Amino acid sequence: MSTARARLAGVTGHRLFWPLVVLLLLLVANVIYRPSFLSVELKNGHLYGSLVDIVRLSAPLILVALGMSLVIATGGIDLSVGAVAAVSGAVACLYISKQPDQNSLAVVLTAVALGFGVALLLGVWNGILVAGIGIQPIIATLILMVAGRGLAQLIAEGQIITINSDPYKVIGVGHLLTLPFAIVIALAVTLLVAVLTRRTALGMIIESVGGNAEASRLAGIRSRRITFLVYVVSAACAAIAGFMMTANVSSADGNAVGLWVELDAILAVVIGGTALAGGRFYLGGSVIGALLIQTLTTSVYAMNIDPQTSLLFKAVVVIVVCLIQAPAFRARFRRRRSVPVTPVEPVGTEKEQVPA
Amino acid sequence: MSDRHPVLTMTAISKLFPGVRALDGVDLRLFPGEVHALMGENGAGKSTLIKVLTGVYGTDSGTIALDGAEVSFSGPMQATAAGVSTVYQEVNLLPNLSVAENIYIGREPRRLGAVNWREMRRRAQELLARIDLNIDVTELLGSYSLAVQQMVAIARAVDIRARVLILDEPTSSLDADEVAQLMRIMRQLRDDGIAIIFVTHFLDQVYAIADRITVLRNGRLVGEYLTSELPQIALVEKMIGKELDALERLDEATSGDDRAALEQGTPLVAADGLGRSGSVAPFSLTIHQGEVVGLAGLLGSGRTEVARLFFGADRADAGRLAVDGTPVTIRNPVAAIDRDIAFCSENRRTEGLVGELSVRENIILAMQASRGWLRPVPRRRQDELVQHWIKALSIRPADPEMPVRNLSGGNQQKVLLARWLITEPRLLILDEPTRGIDIGAKTEIQRLVAQLSDGGMAVLFISAELEEVLRLSHKVAVMRDRQLVSELTNDDTLDAARIMQAIASGSSQEGTVPA
Repeated sequence: MSTARARLAGVTGHRLFWPLVVLLLLLVANVIYRPSFLSVELKNGHLYGSLVDIVRLSAPLILVALGMSLVIATGGIDLSVGAVAAVSGAVACLYISKQPDQNSLAVVLTAVALGFGVALLLGVWNGILVAGIGIQPIIATLILMVAGRGLAQLIAEGQIITINSDPYKVIGVGHLLTLPFAIVIALAVTLLVAVLTRRTALGMIIESVGGNAEASRLAGIRSRRITFLVYVVSAACAAIAGFMMTANVSSADGNAVGLWVELDAILAVVIGGTALAGGRFYLGGSVIGALLIQTLTTSVYAMNIDPQTSLLFKAVVVIVVCLIQAPAFRARFRRRRSVPVTPVEPVGTEKEQVPA
Repeated sequence: MSDRHPVLTMTAISKLFPGVRALDGVDLRLFPGEVHALMGENGAGKSTLIKVLTGVYGTDSGTIALDGAEVSFSGPMQATAAGVSTVYQEVNLLPNLSVAENIYIGREPRRLGAVNWREMRRRAQELLARIDLNIDVTELLGSYSLAVQQMVAIARAVDIRARVLILDEPTSSLDADEVAQLMRIMRQLRDDGIAIIFVTHFLDQVYAIADRITVLRNGRLVGEYLTSELPQIALVEKMIGKELDALERLDEATSGDDRAALEQGTPLVAADGLGRSGSVAPFSLTIHQGEVVGLAGLLGSGRTEVARLFFGADRADAGRLAVDGTPVTIRNPVAAIDRDIAFCSENRRTEGLVGELSVRENIILAMQASRGWLRPVPRRRQDELVQHWIKALSIRPADPEMPVRNLSGGNQQKVLLARWLITEPRLLILDEPTRGIDIGAKTEIQRLVAQLSDGGMAVLFISAELEEVLRLSHKVAVMRDRQLVSELTNDDTLDAARIMQAIASGSSQEGTVPA
């Protein structure tokens, strides 16, 4: 009995327990609304279905959230990711649109390389502002959040660039080995970032800098370099997301690509268990967080929730997730429910029913 | 003075924290129109006593009487309202507001419900003029020097009908002129009948201004003295105390011959006129391989600042440093670590460990940092090293994956030591490695230091405990008021009394080592 309870406590105390519960509830709600929701079919060797769509649509957010996780782990924040996605998408689309043969693979690869290069430069810019000059991250990246949109507009000369390039389109809606290509990319980048941080010492050093910058400096860590690096990685992730978003619609609109994605990404990271104060970060958590947010967005549309209330609906779910994750809130909730039963329990191992 | 009634009487104050008796039956009397110095080393209970007085903490026993009536403040606001104001070391005003706003925040003069700005400025100007401070009160507070900010804080404190003014280390970041200015204001306030509690580490300032001194040690009252009747040497003795030596004496293997052998050859590290303005006056000090150099002095005397210059935690702006006889510039900790110098800070939580990370991660952090992130220490090697040091230093609990913030102070200290020991430094700088840890861990760390130096490691050992410094060091450098005042060879004639004399008077006639 007690070991079973302890095991249950271990499960419910896991930082991803509540996000997963909410994700599950959302899926259940979708199934109730539309019983065919869960069905996945294989057509022409490609997987189709609502679930697959959700994961495919999550891909750009997952990418941005990965980079954001590293930035937040150092105690920073990157508000410019949406603008960076827009710029890199615009650069790639502009290059393709100027070529005689838009369907050439070489053209598309060059375009992607160009867009990626520009994004790296933007990441370097952020890194210099934050790590080099020492501007507060929220201000430093706010500059590019605003200026980047203007840059994207300039590149497109105020127009929406439309292209007609099948190879480029693949990034957004193509398939590889039955899976949507976007999912494959997101998976690959997730693995890459995971290897980059967890197979080297980078992850620990980032957590050390975010956990205690002065102690890290006195341990001989060149924290500025690390801080610089995470902004570059974040921009790189945003660039790939930008290619996906523009490839999805075969056009680049400097004003619309990646709009507010930075806020969704920050939410995803926080839902995933990484504290905004910096320190420990959880890439898996950020991916779950991104999936949760995209499921929410998709559900709002799929269930025909009144567009006027959809944003509010989203906000309510997010508040609930954040609250039940907060140790202070759960402690208060628990105390009210079970004062005489359990005198003291360490935070994080308590168990209570799902509210609502 | 006894013909007057004390304005404040604290009687038999005790305060318990989990596991620590921070105050144990402490008395304090304060008369109107006096400057009363509250003295004691780190952990003596000065800040706790002040926090009990101002209502930040409750008392566990004892009474506080203001003008003969018993009081118990629920917080600093209430204390201030009753006439007990505090000015803290870090000025707790708002640098982004104007001087006038800072003085009157929360009690702005009003007219018809709106703030009367003109009246506020006029009153602020008047108030500051009373302490001969003529500055533009509409300027932002942050645009003035720390000294001026400090004075504004005092002006604000006394304007709220203060009868007791507590100055908690007001001078620690001021230069000599600013200190003089502050002292002038203190005298003026004293002559106006305000009772001032003055907490400081600077002995000269105490003797320049204080009428009486209350000394605390380890949470107990040592005594209350008239400044004129307490020589400096006696004060230092009372602050530091002569601890009964419960520890076994470590092997005093260092005879004169070994000593001479030790000093042969090029010193491992040699500082020549090294200094940093506003931090520590230029000093010269050599440390040889296998030598333990003790750095003695009161808290705030510049001990830590010396260590930080050696390690590059602060950048020196004067003098030269040589490692193995080669001149070097140590601009940052990375440069120091490259030259095999290690530094365990006295502030374990803020400057040492990363609380969120595990014991294992904290131990390998410095080694990993010097390898660069692309070359991770293989996990098996990590586990070996960590297991080895957990056992060697008996770190408890022996769980490498435990977040380090869950460990006790002594065990945290050992983790920090282990971090540097695995980098195999040639010079190990230990800043108060035994402070705030239990006696068992303390002995272990002392024994380790002796072992390491026998093995050829040089150690710069900083401690407020003279017995400890004496037991471990080959030579002792004495700091006083941010200066290295004396260097004493630890031969048979050196004892705590001579070190104390050096701390108190700034010199020790026969003790100064000839060059």
